[in-house]
Amino acid sequence: MADDDIIICRCEDITLRQIRELIAQGYHTIDEIKRVSRAGMGPCQGRTCRQLIARELAGALGVPIEQVEMPTFRPPSRPVLLSTIARGEADE
Amino acid sequence: MTQLKEVDIAVIGAGPAGLSAALACGKSGATTLLIDFMDAPGGQLIKQTHKFFGSERQFAGTRGIQIPSIFINQLSQMPNVQLVLGVNASGYYADSGVLTLEDGGKFIKVKAKRVIIATGAGEKALAFENNDLPGVYGAGAVQTLMNVYGVTPGNRVLMVGSGNIGLIVSYQLIQAHVQVVSLVEAAGRIGGYLVHAAKLRRAGVPILTSHTIVRAIGEETVRGAVVAQVDQSWQAVPGSEREVACDVICLAVGLTPLVDMMWQAGCEMKYVPALGGHVPVRDENMRASNPAVYVAGDAGGVEEASSAMISGEIAGISAAVSLGFRAQDADARLALLKSDLAAIRSAPAGEKIRAGIMSATACGGER
Repeated sequence: MADDDIIICRCEDITLRQIRELIAQGYHTIDEIKRVSRAGMGPCQGRTCRQLIARELAGALGVPIEQVEMPTFRPPSRPVLLSTIARGEADE
Repeated sequence: MTQLKEVDIAVIGAGPAGLSAALACGKSGATTLLIDFMDAPGGQLIKQTHKFFGSERQFAGTRGIQIPSIFINQLSQMPNVQLVLGVNASGYYADSGVLTLEDGGKFIKVKAKRVIIATGAGEKALAFENNDLPGVYGAGAVQTLMNVYGVTPGNRVLMVGSGNIGLIVSYQLIQAHVQVVSLVEAAGRIGGYLVHAAKLRRAGVPILTSHTIVRAIGEETVRGAVVAQVDQSWQAVPGSEREVACDVICLAVGLTPLVDMMWQAGCEMKYVPALGGHVPVRDENMRASNPAVYVAGDAGGVEEASSAMISGEIAGISAAVSLGFRAQDADARLALLKSDLAAIRSAPAGEKIRAGIMSATACGGER
């Protein structure tokens, strides 16, 4: 199968082949894969790829999908411009 | 110095669940802030051009697109309810009950005694070759293009998935004079209501069960797809591949609850496939394990707009009562809503949902 033509994280352009290579190298959680590849760090913040990566991990590790550890969810849940944060809180 | 805005209840999401929750909160007298990141309220209702089924209390006979204004008309007369649109709720800090909102490049903090999460659901993706080719759409995007903006996505559509969304969007495409060349479904049977599937069959659309998409074909844009039969372990049967000519591939392979804020809130979560993925464990009043947090609508498990409006009202009444705001008929209304919800889920097609809800509901919760 041409797994380098299958996009898993479309925000960061990460293919199924890259995900499988990372799992083979021993990255066995969604958070680990995210930190080395940026999968899940784009504008959609993992909404598209999280479940696809979880399914891939479940298959590779031979566990049901509910046993795949979910990543840590931190604010902001959507991308925020650095200028917004730099500007600080709006005045009343 | 900036003043931290304080409200009794913040409702995140102004779709069917959030609108209904905010109305219940408003009626109770609680100060309520209803937030949505879109510029118009209604969530998925703004593209639901069909008339609703069910009972009069859930707007049977009314088109989905007409429902938001019914709520907004009532909410706008309530001085204790504020609606903010085009505002993104980006974070919830459970230790302080502070929500961070982003409004056009400005950061706003709001402290809410209770938060009702009505963020809805997102579309699931599918991994197949060339799935990033222009012309591959989610069914929600196709519905938005057609029903909100009046734009057809192409001329010949391959629909992937036979749940109600796949079936309804296929029919809406046909109504817009777009050809649906085929509908493939990986499971052995049609997922949605047969009444919708029958309309497609009468219109001549082939429905191929136990079939999936293997790859999209095309260089710059989609000009076809390869579909194949799948075996019981969802693997393509060798030799069963065949090519379908199309310029749009529409994915309707299910929804998953958008629950980021409930993870942030430290709510106990559970993976329930029948509800679309991870959902918060809740009591029958929609209260999550973090007692300041309630869930409403598809964020608590993917169903449809009628049940979302009911669970939203349950969450709204319950959140208000937990703060001492009790509308006169609160208890009677809660009992009625719970029986309405049970009735909606009592159809044979609701069996999986019922099992899923049972699995996600903790017993012995107090209000």
